[in-house]
Amino acid sequence: MSSSCLVNNEDTFNDEEISRLSLEIELLKQELNKKTELLKTKQKKCLTKLDVSRYSRQIILPEIGIEGQKKLKNASVLIIGVGGLGCPSSMYLASAGVGTIGLVDYDEVELNNLHRQLLHGQCNVGMRKVESGKLSLSRMNEDVNIVVHDVQLDGYNSLDIFKQYDVIIDASDNLVTRYIINDTCVKAGKPLVSGSAIHCDGQLTVYNYKGSVCFRCLHPKPQSPETIGNCASAGVLGPVPGVIGVLQAMETIKIIIDHPNVLYNSLLLYDGGDCNFKKIKLTNVKRAGCLCTRSTEDIVITMDYEEFCGSKANDKFKTLNLLNEDERITVIDLNKLISQNQPCLVIDVRKNVEYDMCHLPFSVNIQLNDLKREKTLLELIKQINSYSKTPNVITICRRGNDSQRAVKELKKYPQITKKVNWIKDVIGGLNEWSMKIDKTFPMY
Amino acid sequence: MDICSKSLNITAEFTSGLQILFNNVKKHNVVLPETDEPWTLGLLLIWIKDNLLVEKEKCDLFLKGNTVRPGIIVAVNDQDWELLGNVKYQIKNNDNITFISTLHGG
Repeated sequence: MSSSCLVNNEDTFNDEEISRLSLEIELLKQELNKKTELLKTKQKKCLTKLDVSRYSRQIILPEIGIEGQKKLKNASVLIIGVGGLGCPSSMYLASAGVGTIGLVDYDEVELNNLHRQLLHGQCNVGMRKVESGKLSLSRMNEDVNIVVHDVQLDGYNSLDIFKQYDVIIDASDNLVTRYIINDTCVKAGKPLVSGSAIHCDGQLTVYNYKGSVCFRCLHPKPQSPETIGNCASAGVLGPVPGVIGVLQAMETIKIIIDHPNVLYNSLLLYDGGDCNFKKIKLTNVKRAGCLCTRSTEDIVITMDYEEFCGSKANDKFKTLNLLNEDERITVIDLNKLISQNQPCLVIDVRKNVEYDMCHLPFSVNIQLNDLKREKTLLELIKQINSYSKTPNVITICRRGNDSQRAVKELKKYPQITKKVNWIKDVIGGLNEWSMKIDKTFPMY
Repeated sequence: MDICSKSLNITAEFTSGLQILFNNVKKHNVVLPETDEPWTLGLLLIWIKDNLLVEKEKCDLFLKGNTVRPGIIVAVNDQDWELLGNVKYQIKNNDNITFISTLHGG
């Protein structure tokens, strides 16, 4: 009896001590957090010894100095697009010691990104681009605060994001997003470092800086979608966005340290093929009636930007429907026709270089543009005549748009239509073939 | 003396992808013939359409109405034509006129 009483007393004592200790630890934790925050704020205002050693080679420049490095440490930069431009610009800014870097992207890392988007390793294919970017940047410099915004930017979410940053970098890949970024920068009063690259060409300028013009001053009317190339269809050589992205980082650093010669009211052109740089002097007068001449509260950024541009806010492929349903076959139909040895002339209408990259063994290559040529037509007719039974003609391309155009073109010539059963195209093209029939066929 | 009526030697450059409309040649040395009225950039656009543009059916990738299509920046001696009077600018001998297609990829 007495012993059980003792146990009870000891238990009560233990419980009290445990809760007292827990409370003490909780208070100490709060104290620790407070002091860590305080240390961070103090460290942010000045440079630590480690900072001085790490950034010494740039601090030595009179343009930077201790003051400039402090400005970089306190600065925040938002990068829209963690792609060909966003990768190099964020790498240089993180390495230069910019305190906070925000990354905006809605997309995942794809295999065909890796040749130019150097933040993403091949083990990160399929990962969210912002997450992959954050991983790599943190590995380069753990002192930089990387903030991820895994969103598709639009006129409704952009302002709240932009407000948190000092400088905005446009590293996007489409016209719609470029208008959204510009208008939000104008409304939020943020300088915009704009870069673009395709093929072997790059362009760079700074908008909305020290009263300079904005993107809309130069481009009040959006250009029509058919005049715009993108990296997926026109191609791009990796170092080209590399050059422009690095230059974007340079102009951003210059803005942060208040360098006198920031590239505003000028447009820099880079021609990688000729290894040529050219600087064009732009007007320094804002376009009369432009959005940027209005007062902040009168700037509306919730318009339908996709409707305004007549295109989508990405550089993804757009499927066309130019033919009737009965003028088209599926990849499964095509596979059946071929395995049944039906007389079929399969014309791959992609560019020669694409045909060289990969093609179906039973196809011949005639580029869409060449179909109009008389010589090509004569050869084609000869080929059709060589079949013992009347053949079918099937056109195929990468994803099923140009093959429809090819059917329309071929049907213009009675000397062809009279000699064949039918002319049809393959829905979804070679990409669909790769997905449904032969997974080893390269998708690009 | 009316210098405008004499023939003019200029270079027309097509960059940032526009060269595909001109046989993939970026730099064209051009002699503009003697005319009664002075050569302006507006007249040059029509001359380019008639004399340099390869596929006339692709004209709307270069011009819209009496000026360049949206998305093309024109520079005279590395200055935006907006600074110089746009289509009304009077071309001088040895002018370098650059046509730049704005890029949006990244």
